[in-house]
Amino acid sequence: MDGGTELSRVIALAGNPNCGKTTLFNRLTGSSQKVGNWPGVTIDRKEGRIKAIGAVLVDLPGIYSLSPYSPEEVVSRDFLLDSRPDAIINIVDATNMERNLYLTSQILDMGIPTVIALNMMDTVRRDGTVIDTEKLSKALGCRVVGISALKGEGMDELLEAISSAGETPKPVRLSDPLEKSISEISGKLEGKVPDGHLRWYSVKALERDVLAIERIGESWEEISEIIDDLEKAEDDESDSLVASERYSSISDVVVSSVKTKRASGGYTTSDRIDRIVTNRWLGLPIFAGVMFLVYYISITTVGGWGTDWVNDVFFGEWTIPGAAAWLESMAVDPVLTAFIVDGLIAGVGAVLGFLPQMLVLFVLLVILEDSGYMARIAFVMDRVFRRFGLSGKSFIPILIGTGCGVPGIMASRTIESERGRRITAMTTTFIPCSAKLPIIALIAGALFGGSALVALASYFIGVLAILLSGIILKKWPSLSGTPSEFIMELPPYHIPGVATVIRSTFEKGWAFVRKAGTFILLACGIIWFLSAFDWSMSMVGDINDSMLADIGNAITWIFVPLGWGDEWQFSVGTITGLLAKENVVGTFGVLFGFSEVAEAGDEIWPIIGAMLTPIAGFSFLAFNLLCAPCFAAIGAMRRELGTWKATGAAVLYQCLLAYAVSMVIFQIGSLLMYGTFGIWTVAAFATVALAAYILVSKEPFARARQKISEAAA
Amino acid sequence: MATLREVACGGSAKVMRISAQGPMRKRIMDMGITKGCTVIVRKVAPLGDPMEVCVRGYELSLRKSEAEAIEVE
Repeated sequence: MDGGTELSRVIALAGNPNCGKTTLFNRLTGSSQKVGNWPGVTIDRKEGRIKAIGAVLVDLPGIYSLSPYSPEEVVSRDFLLDSRPDAIINIVDATNMERNLYLTSQILDMGIPTVIALNMMDTVRRDGTVIDTEKLSKALGCRVVGISALKGEGMDELLEAISSAGETPKPVRLSDPLEKSISEISGKLEGKVPDGHLRWYSVKALERDVLAIERIGESWEEISEIIDDLEKAEDDESDSLVASERYSSISDVVVSSVKTKRASGGYTTSDRIDRIVTNRWLGLPIFAGVMFLVYYISITTVGGWGTDWVNDVFFGEWTIPGAAAWLESMAVDPVLTAFIVDGLIAGVGAVLGFLPQMLVLFVLLVILEDSGYMARIAFVMDRVFRRFGLSGKSFIPILIGTGCGVPGIMASRTIESERGRRITAMTTTFIPCSAKLPIIALIAGALFGGSALVALASYFIGVLAILLSGIILKKWPSLSGTPSEFIMELPPYHIPGVATVIRSTFEKGWAFVRKAGTFILLACGIIWFLSAFDWSMSMVGDINDSMLADIGNAITWIFVPLGWGDEWQFSVGTITGLLAKENVVGTFGVLFGFSEVAEAGDEIWPIIGAMLTPIAGFSFLAFNLLCAPCFAAIGAMRRELGTWKATGAAVLYQCLLAYAVSMVIFQIGSLLMYGTFGIWTVAAFATVALAAYILVSKEPFARARQKISEAAA
Repeated sequence: MATLREVACGGSAKVMRISAQGPMRKRIMDMGITKGCTVIVRKVAPLGDPMEVCVRGYELSLRKSEAEAIEVE
């Protein structure tokens, strides 16, 4: 927060997912938004200024409850308890009051002044439903303002209500036996928790909420007795009693203040759309059609044209030659010119070239998300993906990843569970992206007579690596903690607002350029520097004389067990692949003495054919498909994984997997084809056995850790 | 006792008890499936799992393994 916010009132915006919260946030704060992260999780934390009343609005993640289980819920409840905002705007979807007010009843327990913004009043009126906001307000004990965030209705009244909000709300009363237990618990807790939070802690204690109890720290035994008595008397568990009592109190409130025409459980337009879209027979073909369209528009056509234009025309024809010519005409030092043109501008180009594809993709993703179809994708595909620790929505990142891994990784953000999101972001680049196609064509042409089976095998290896990694990674302790439940709302379909689509597309694109941009630029600069200079820091004309060539020479022994370490050029090619995978073939051209080669490197096919056996060539291909992706993709991974530590671990995992797969291919392949046997053949079989153990065993990593600590003791 | 998993498409049932534990139990109740409420089973996904139900006037999807932890009558 900046210095000026200390004096302003802080207001929290809370509500369910899919209730128009983002639209209301945008409307209240306009362009004065800042996006950051909540501590410890990769959930966006947005705040902005409400200029009209001089307050700061903090957007909490969309949640259904203040339970302590999902990261979104924990973040929200910690903020409300610890930072204690001056007021809360609780946005409630008027077309789905019961479930929305469930959260409200928990918020009211916290004793923070609250205004309820009853959203989608326009839809409610159109359906012929009448809501008595006065009555609702009286029953809930706080101000209720009817609004339409989409149309901007009721904003003045809402602002007025927020600026005058100061009264502690009255909590929603539960049944008499429950209230009696709550007040008994309150008696025990009094003085041990902040006064304003007394009811909240008492109710949470009654629910046996572990985290709330940890915060209090003591007197758990006496409270336990109170709960046991209640459970015996009511013949039900306390958490179930609290939840059903909350819902039934809310249900009474809703019945008394809402007059609806539609019979509950009847069919709406949304239900009718859903009967077709998630239909037993049509569901999958429709899904395939939508996926094809997303890919076709963002990668093949519109997005692809944009990216080609930026790369070939904007940078290739205008900026780079233009800048080079201008610097030459200014008689700038050629070293500096090369640094600016080949290092900096080309580096910026490497970032911006992805932008058109990404923006088009984001438009489509926001439309899918906002319209409600994204939830149906998870519904239709869940069965296939869940056994691999992935979500039904993981299909989109992987599909997009066949075009380009960068937007693919960023598409993983729509995945609901943290675990699914992380695993998807870590594995999406295993699928061959379009920049890896020249490497495939090179190996196929030089060593396999141009067989199409090489490309097929590449995609097969990519898909297999994703699925097996899913099984392996979901056993990794830090990724296995979150439960994999799938209890998810299927929100009603609606037409997304143009302003929302444009705005979130822009936000996502900008976040990429800003965060990933700095890193990609730096990394590209370093590799360029190493390839353009020798150790005496003078510029070289030939990459063979550069520092990079020496580094390649120095590390090439690492790749000997993979079958291509005897020739240092392959190591250098792999390193330049970090800039962009299409560089690999071009680098070979230069290293083997050609100033320029065709995209698939036809000129060097005979050289490579003489240097490598087909098995070694395929091992090289597999390594380059699976190892660390280009810097742009690593930057995107950093954004989705949240920390450099997690990103580093992900890249390390990718490289280790690539190494293991390539070694197994080369060593076992050589044994079968040529009968070669050695120490590395044994290592390859050991790797296969280890992989099989990790795949089959329930808790391989935890057990290994236990063994290690036992051995140490 | 019957569970929500066994309720046929188009049928409805009254919830008697949530036998799930831990986060899943809390999540089921938070989403409005509580003792005494009525759940209508809408359909099953094309691949046979998960299922879609209507509860408290909105649509919810849950896996069959989760529906198994909801006892109904």
